[in-house]
Amino acid sequence: MPETTSLGSGGSAYWTVGDDIADTAAPDGPIETRWDRRKFSAKLVNPANRRKHTVIVVGTGLAGGAAGATLAEQGYNVIQFCFQDSPRRAHSIAAQGGINAAKNYRNDGDSVYRLFYDTVKGGDFRARESNVYRLAQISTQIIDQCVAQGVPFAREYSGLLDTRSFGGVQVQRTFYARGQTGQQLLIGAYQALSRQIDAGAVEMHPRTEMLDLIVIDGRARGIVARDLVTGKITPYLADAVVLATGGYGNVFFLSTNAKGSNTTATWRAHRRGALFANPCYTQIHPTCIPRSGEYQGKLTLMSESLRNDGRIWVPKQKGDTRSPDQIPEAERDYYLERIYPAFGNLVPRDIASRAAKYQCDDGRGVGPGGLGVYLDFADAIKRMGEDKVREKYGNLFEMYERITGEDPYKVPMRIYPAVHYTMGGLWVDYDLQSSIPGLFVVGEANFSDHGANRLGASALMQGLADGYFVLPPMLGNYIASTKLGSVSLDDPAVTSVIGEVTGRLGRLLEINGDRTPDSFHRELGELIWDECGMGRTEAGLRKALARIPELREEFWRRVKVPGDSGELNQSLEKANRIADFLEFGELLCIDALHRAESCGGHFREESQTPDGEALRDDEHFAYAAAWEYTGGAPVLHREPLQFDYVHLAQRNYS
Amino acid sequence: MAVTGAVMLLYLLVHMLGNLKIFYGRESFDEYAHWLRSIGVPALHGAWFLWLMRAVLTVAVVLHATSAYQLSRRDLKARPQKYSHRQRLEASYAVNTMRYGGIIIALFIIYHLLDFTALTLNRNGVEGAAYDNVVSSFSVWWVTLFYIIAMLALGLHIHHGFWSAARTLGVHSAAREKNLKIGATVLAVLIAAGFMVVPIAVLAGLVD
Amino acid sequence: MNLTLRIWRQRGPEDRGAMVTYELADVSPDMSFLEMLDVLNERLILEGEDPVAFDHDCREGICGMCGMVINGQAHGPRDRTTTCQLHMREFADGDVIDVEPWRAAAFPVMRDLVVDRSGFDRIIGSGGYISVVTGSAPEAHSTPVPKPIADAAFDNATCIGCGACVAACPNGSAMLFTSAKVTHLNLLPQGAPERESRVRDMVAQMDEEGFGGCTNTGECTVACPKGIPLTSIGNLNREYLRALTKR
Repeated sequence: MPETTSLGSGGSAYWTVGDDIADTAAPDGPIETRWDRRKFSAKLVNPANRRKHTVIVVGTGLAGGAAGATLAEQGYNVIQFCFQDSPRRAHSIAAQGGINAAKNYRNDGDSVYRLFYDTVKGGDFRARESNVYRLAQISTQIIDQCVAQGVPFAREYSGLLDTRSFGGVQVQRTFYARGQTGQQLLIGAYQALSRQIDAGAVEMHPRTEMLDLIVIDGRARGIVARDLVTGKITPYLADAVVLATGGYGNVFFLSTNAKGSNTTATWRAHRRGALFANPCYTQIHPTCIPRSGEYQGKLTLMSESLRNDGRIWVPKQKGDTRSPDQIPEAERDYYLERIYPAFGNLVPRDIASRAAKYQCDDGRGVGPGGLGVYLDFADAIKRMGEDKVREKYGNLFEMYERITGEDPYKVPMRIYPAVHYTMGGLWVDYDLQSSIPGLFVVGEANFSDHGANRLGASALMQGLADGYFVLPPMLGNYIASTKLGSVSLDDPAVTSVIGEVTGRLGRLLEINGDRTPDSFHRELGELIWDECGMGRTEAGLRKALARIPELREEFWRRVKVPGDSGELNQSLEKANRIADFLEFGELLCIDALHRAESCGGHFREESQTPDGEALRDDEHFAYAAAWEYTGGAPVLHREPLQFDYVHLAQRNYS
Repeated sequence: MAVTGAVMLLYLLVHMLGNLKIFYGRESFDEYAHWLRSIGVPALHGAWFLWLMRAVLTVAVVLHATSAYQLSRRDLKARPQKYSHRQRLEASYAVNTMRYGGIIIALFIIYHLLDFTALTLNRNGVEGAAYDNVVSSFSVWWVTLFYIIAMLALGLHIHHGFWSAARTLGVHSAAREKNLKIGATVLAVLIAAGFMVVPIAVLAGLVD
Repeated sequence: MNLTLRIWRQRGPEDRGAMVTYELADVSPDMSFLEMLDVLNERLILEGEDPVAFDHDCREGICGMCGMVINGQAHGPRDRTTTCQLHMREFADGDVIDVEPWRAAAFPVMRDLVVDRSGFDRIIGSGGYISVVTGSAPEAHSTPVPKPIADAAFDNATCIGCGACVAACPNGSAMLFTSAKVTHLNLLPQGAPERESRVRDMVAQMDEEGFGGCTNTGECTVACPKGIPLTSIGNLNREYLRALTKR
């Protein structure tokens, strides 16, 4: 067992501590004018010169789609990639709830400042004030932009936009399009992007996956990508590279992410020098449909709004296998209502998730494997009538019935928490530029705006803010203020990256072992879920950190990948992504181990209040943890966070 | 297809109503047949109107058939490989018989013209004796049978054609959906039944 | 339950392809159709065979990536359901299930059940958008949109671009897909300035891609997992005729 110094302040055998870093791009001074001043100080590229510059955008979700469309429209040459068959498929499409904006159309006291305040507080004081304020400012422009694009937001009979409240805030600032807001916003961005593709301003490469980053003279100058249909490996060069490749939730194998979502692009960039910040901030959503068996490949989220009328309970008796209607009222434990009488079933996501886990760990879980709790609408049906419940939740009930085959009007739903968003990501400065000059990171792929916990309906806001409004001027500033030499495909840096990528794929195919790629992914996911999921302990994390390298070693010895690399080979794609998850998972656990406090989506059981609430340690941990790749123990660089506007306070929901 | 179909549909409606005059007796029917050849007189000369109508109908039939041919070719090209598991056919019988039904109707029209217009195949074959010509043809059971099959095909063709045309011409909307469907059924039944009444009546001896 | 699967296997676009039979035991009725294929693929890998290639991503019925013709029906027997949301409880022990790719000249097979649907992207690129320069949009409330119009636009905007309509259409026609986008954008006041060019260009692109013509069979709307109605096709025709007269 390696010896460790006191956690948080020093290092350990798992990591070392390097110099502190700072976000030097953000202006200081009054927070209201920082973004304006940054835009004003940014250098501009003459419109006539823009076409001489090429930008690579990887990913076509809200952030990537919006960025590609906007950069192309401004005149840059854009080369864009997505691994799906069409840019319209990116996983932003699955977001249900809505998008926040400080429009104050309800006259209910909302403002840019309040959205800023809610987001900093909701992020448990682990986000930068400058970034969050800018996000709140831009939020209103996003709605204008999307309405003009034809996004069919819900409207009132007056013809004006409808809004609702969401995720524990007290104002109605969430714009929505039934339960398909992400889809509608993404289609808007996709249409804008399609227009630029048709105009020849964007060279679109669907079914093409970025496998590595090309860094020349310390600057990001291109990527190496694989055509997933022909298997051809091709280098693409540019003046700047934008990663919009989403989060790493699939390190857990089972999550609400799309099956293809992966961390390869960000992890490869990290290996080439980009700092990775706060990977331990993962968000777990309490109302997902539990897994039904070993074969399960994916979890499905149901809107949190269900908790408004449903009551959550488990049998009081351990291992009770009676069907729910056979369990009398007196033998049920409505544990959220019991423990948190003020908020009851509406406690924040992380608290609801953890409470469910504790019940199941204790042997009171229901359904297959005892991994589920009841979400019961019997009282709501009695109170409002079945028709009213149908009107309010009909879509969700139908989805539940489709997946489980059970009728939630008659039998209580079973729910269990699942990973669905990751707040951590590549470290970026105020300009969204990573620690590799010329490499920009937008959307869920970066770490910038949500701190340790993201509020509901804020992911869509951030993706579009980054893509439409923040990235384009900042990318222009980089190009205008940097003297970029020409690079050629013969550059040794290019050929060596191609060699590495090809070599790795070749090795994966050569092993010809006796385990499938998925079996490793599943095992890694279970390990991380158990030890670095909803509740984390030092002992558990150390266990995971001991096991992951073994698993990785076993992977490279025993994985079996059929076929060859010169064809459409989905097993090879998978194996290559899993290889990166097997490296990333270790950093995730190291970050969780080092942060010996609880905050937002990171709950260390050692650090809780007597009531079992997350207990922050602002004295030691009010910083963003940015990790540097070394090949061995990573180096921690701390970016201290300063709170000039929102005062540090402990959350309290009991 | 929609426009030419609509033209022919209108003609069929008038044609069918005219046929029913046979129930008023020989004189009335022959008079009607004669009148058809002199519509518009004296403004128009002799059978000008008739020829004009024949021209319009010929153009409509030719265009209808040409588009049907082109559409079929394009559609077969767009789906070159069939499913090995037969598809569920949600579409009604009428939809699935548009192509074959169309061919049956085309063959019927040729026979029909030779029978009652050119009189080449008519057993009576007396110019101007429309009533007797009709009776002589339909007294033969297989002529009547062919006629009835063709009319059934026609009914089905109209049933899908009417409503399909409504959609092609953009007059179809959610609000009108039900009415259009009823309209299609009523027209199809009316026209097919209206035409079939005559030969059945002849065969049954009600008209002789 | 135990199943017999007959799956279309085709190594590449140039290969002929054939139905291949697999026996699969111990299928749980709670599995989704794709999870069932996952299980088959895990077995095939260990047996040293190439797993069945199929497109899929979100597995919650919204990305539109998955799609196969199951027993002659696009996305299988359950109405308004994508393949990923179809569960094995729709089938019975001992069933023989035929699985084939979308078949249409405009959707060539790339491998096994994977087809190329890029024609859809080009149809959208030809006019399925509202041109708005980022940052130039007026205040969102400057143009109210009556709720029924907004709702109807939304209903059409729910299209996920999966291609089931084309797969189900005996003519391989893309009318339902194109009409959904035309209807969504042309209904809205924001879409009005480009109303005529949009429908003209999209129809022209649709024809160029080699999709068949619409004969109003209605198969598309039954296969559509999002229930895009046939009236959208009527609307497309109306918009098209209107655009022709305004040329």
